[in-house]
Amino acid sequence: MKTKTSRAMGCSALLAAAGLLLSACGSSGDGGSGQTGSTSFQGRGPITYAAGKDATGVTPKVIARWNELHPKEKVTYIQLPTDADSQRQQMIQNAETKSDAYTVLSLDVVWTSEFAAHQWIDRLPENQFPLQKMLKPVVETARYRGGLYAAPASSDGGLLYYRTDLMDKAGITAPPTTWSEMTNDCAQVKKKVPAAKGMSCYAGQLQKYEGLTVNFAEAVNSAGGVVTDANGKPDVDTPAARKGLDFLAGSVKDGTIPKEALTYQEEDGRQAFQAGKVMFLRNWPYMYSLAEKSPVAGKFAVAPLPGLDGPGSSSLGGHNLALSSFAKNKATALDFMKFFSSEDSATTFLKDASLAPAYADLYNTPSLVGKYPYLPVLKQSILHAVPRPRVVAYGDVTSAIQQEAYAVLTGTKSSAQALKDLQSDLQKATAQ
Amino acid sequence: MTLMTKWRNRLLYVGVVAVVAYCLAPFYWMLVSSLRRTSDIFDTSLFPRRVSLENYRAVFDPSQGFPRALLNSLVVAGVTTVLALLLATFTAYAMARLEFRFKRLVLTLIIATSMFPVVSIVVPLLKLFTDIGWINTYQAMIVPSMSFALPLAVWNLTTFFRQMPDELEHAAMVDGCTRGQAFRKIIVPLAAPGIFTTAIITFIAAWNEFLIALSMTNQPGMQTAPVAISKFSGASQFETPFGSQMAAGVLVTVPLVVMVLLFQRRIVAGLTAGAAK
Amino acid sequence: MAGTKTPPGTAENGPDRVAGGPSSRPTGPTSRRRARTRATTSPARMAALLVSPTLLVLSIVVLYPTLMALQESLYGTKGLDPKTGFIRTSEPFVGLRNYTDILGPAGDRFWNAFWNTSFFTVVTVGAETVIGVAMALIMHRAFRGRALARAGILVPWAVPTAISALLWRWIFNSNGIANAVIGHQILWTTEGFHAKVAVIVAEVWKTAPFIGLLVLAGLQVIPKEVYEAARIDGASAPRQFWHITLPLVKPALLVAVLFRCLDALRMFDLPYILVGAQKNSVETLSMLAQNEASNVRFGPASAYAMLLFLYVFLIALAFVRLLGADLVGGAARGGESRRRRRRMTVPRRAEVTA
Repeated sequence: MKTKTSRAMGCSALLAAAGLLLSACGSSGDGGSGQTGSTSFQGRGPITYAAGKDATGVTPKVIARWNELHPKEKVTYIQLPTDADSQRQQMIQNAETKSDAYTVLSLDVVWTSEFAAHQWIDRLPENQFPLQKMLKPVVETARYRGGLYAAPASSDGGLLYYRTDLMDKAGITAPPTTWSEMTNDCAQVKKKVPAAKGMSCYAGQLQKYEGLTVNFAEAVNSAGGVVTDANGKPDVDTPAARKGLDFLAGSVKDGTIPKEALTYQEEDGRQAFQAGKVMFLRNWPYMYSLAEKSPVAGKFAVAPLPGLDGPGSSSLGGHNLALSSFAKNKATALDFMKFFSSEDSATTFLKDASLAPAYADLYNTPSLVGKYPYLPVLKQSILHAVPRPRVVAYGDVTSAIQQEAYAVLTGTKSSAQALKDLQSDLQKATAQ
Repeated sequence: MTLMTKWRNRLLYVGVVAVVAYCLAPFYWMLVSSLRRTSDIFDTSLFPRRVSLENYRAVFDPSQGFPRALLNSLVVAGVTTVLALLLATFTAYAMARLEFRFKRLVLTLIIATSMFPVVSIVVPLLKLFTDIGWINTYQAMIVPSMSFALPLAVWNLTTFFRQMPDELEHAAMVDGCTRGQAFRKIIVPLAAPGIFTTAIITFIAAWNEFLIALSMTNQPGMQTAPVAISKFSGASQFETPFGSQMAAGVLVTVPLVVMVLLFQRRIVAGLTAGAAK
Repeated sequence: MAGTKTPPGTAENGPDRVAGGPSSRPTGPTSRRRARTRATTSPARMAALLVSPTLLVLSIVVLYPTLMALQESLYGTKGLDPKTGFIRTSEPFVGLRNYTDILGPAGDRFWNAFWNTSFFTVVTVGAETVIGVAMALIMHRAFRGRALARAGILVPWAVPTAISALLWRWIFNSNGIANAVIGHQILWTTEGFHAKVAVIVAEVWKTAPFIGLLVLAGLQVIPKEVYEAARIDGASAPRQFWHITLPLVKPALLVAVLFRCLDALRMFDLPYILVGAQKNSVETLSMLAQNEASNVRFGPASAYAMLLFLYVFLIALAFVRLLGADLVGGAARGGESRRRRRRMTVPRRAEVTA
């Protein structure tokens, strides 16, 4: 590998040289730790890409395309476990041992701040990525303290799945935009459609895990509250936030949300919806094509998430590409990241793996919308989305949120007390 | 008398059936789940609505590299077992038959070391193995596996050796055998059930090791079966490929059961061999 | 174990001495002594030779990381530099603060995990012992298809822990087979005592065969003649069990129980996958240590791991001390139990030579 680092040649040399010039304004840190400004991206040769395994087989295909174009700078795909926590653990282990085994990392959007603050990943030159073509909330997830630390590769937003057939039968034409509309619609359907008698109204991901953080944050944001403010300071002990949490807690209590939803993760909710047990379900776009193959095929549609007084806001999912600080061949890595996060690659990922792109105009491409009818709704969802708290100690923040939200949902704590406790926990976690 | 034995036999069979049912019912559920179609995976019927091998096909999809992972597991667990048994036999012999100082301390230390949480030793070991270039090698998985295999083997073998009457050994030595010969020809055959049991248990423990195998490898060609299973994924990050995980679980368990069946012959053989002497 | 008669000599000498040199050893019959002097010129040297490879391997794979963890546990978490927004590169030395913290209000979570761990250990190992011994007794009988049945009971132990945890999560799903069988919907994976029950059921299922297998092997090395002698004496089946079987399999059983105890004390995968991380009802010490480490607080994580290690070590020590004679034997052990076994082997030898 060492012999290849000095050889910065190849067919993409021109592009790369431009990149080097633009980014080499800062220190000459060679990729070790400790650099504060921008990094110079030097060295060419083989690199690796570490990400969870891709069952659709699209990632290997895109990498193969790159390898064909760059035979001297081949990328090896290091497949990590499917489970996000294991992926993060492997990446942290890699950083703790200062190993150069991983070059480009596929980070969950909520890890960006943590990895950036620990200087496990390098700051990236903004002008190297077409950020202006991407959806703004998505780009925000790749930033830490104003600097760009990752390249948005894919996104994800929550959608409200609802049963069109039942709504039609009850004479309701438009999907609900507020929570009270939703419960009213549900009551209407139950009254008018005998088949819907035993159904529950709504479900999300309320098991005590990351999904609960997502659903809690959505409820709070949809009621006009925030978890952390624009500066990253916690501000969750507010009347608005309380209304959001009370919607979830009250719904569990009065049966709008079935009790068993407290054990739901994404797949459990999908199962319940497909089995005709719930009328409205908050879930990610991945469910769309699966539900199309289920008994509810053709009987459902998607809408933006409802809120307190109007459309609500979703949390953001997705993955960003980051460059490990301890890696070699960073010039190649930067090129690869540009290639992998390009609009072309994003189109491939959307087409073949149904990954929501970061690029705004892909959501309006007719051929793609034909294939994925949810795209326009998803675009709305992502545009109005609020990223989950972008904090360094995200692990502590999310576990505090889960702890308190779960206590309220199970009825062991009042929402007022829980939010008060949460506020002080979050202050501790973000003070550090 | 005959009536009583008849009833006794019946009772025995009831007991056997109960025990086997207890052990196999959840496994049966695993098997049934692995044979369901992805769309039926949430069913709770006792038989699959339609038997489908799609999960098994998914496991053996070339991109999973599952056969290779099974082979790697076999190498790692096999070598671990052989090495652990070899070293442990010496140590256990000393523990069971020799008198020396600090014996109790040594035994306590051996068992205590096996119990340090793996989460805490994995990062230092990773640093060490990275420095000496052992990443993506079998030894990087085998050597750490010794940390739990060796104590298990030492302790089990010690108890089994101690159960052997010393007189046989001493008689053999009086007859002109060396200590080593007496051990090899008398004790080992007699303790065969214990040795094979220990081998099975060590093998299974090494076979199921996950965290170390995951951390020490990053090439698909080197991963063990549990690591390969952890990388099974659905079409999206939210979909759990439960069916293929269960299919893989069945596939990982069956070789062990076959091995136990094979070893069982040896256990019985060892017993009769000992009795014949 | 209540029926086990511990010979008085053992009880006195057993638990204390770490070792007494060969000289303090009670003298056996002359034949044995003669063999001894001939075969072992220096047992200590031979023992050192035989034991050292094991100790060497263990010190590489365990001692080194343990010392690293011990050192790590004296350091705090890296702080955030508010000016640069980066985490500082060095960890502050905090001495024993990571340990003393568990006594303060921050210790609640530690103690909850501590009690969960202890509770799981006591309950699961207790249940496993009963079920495992029962399994072994049944499987020890001769019947057709014994080999298959024996392989069958090993299946739970052979299933990888992570997979069995997934399987049980599926079984305990809100619409899973467990609820279908009991005809009542219990939300097993929510907080509460039922989550503990789910973990216990799954853990006992998986590990009872471990005890069963080891006890079975212990049963198999008991000479048949012992039972025959007892039957001739007219001993009833329960009496045979208490006075012959149990004392003779006791060493194997104790080793099995000890390993199960120590393994249960570090339980991690099962509650983590079956019920979930950060559930107070099932959080164990290993889960807590892992959680701290995953939030990049290596100091506290190492401190928890060291405390768990200490806990495990004390229990191992207690086992070795309390039950030393049967477990370890060796120098401090009274000659009594050896003699007892010898008495039993006498008929066997007679038969063998006959």
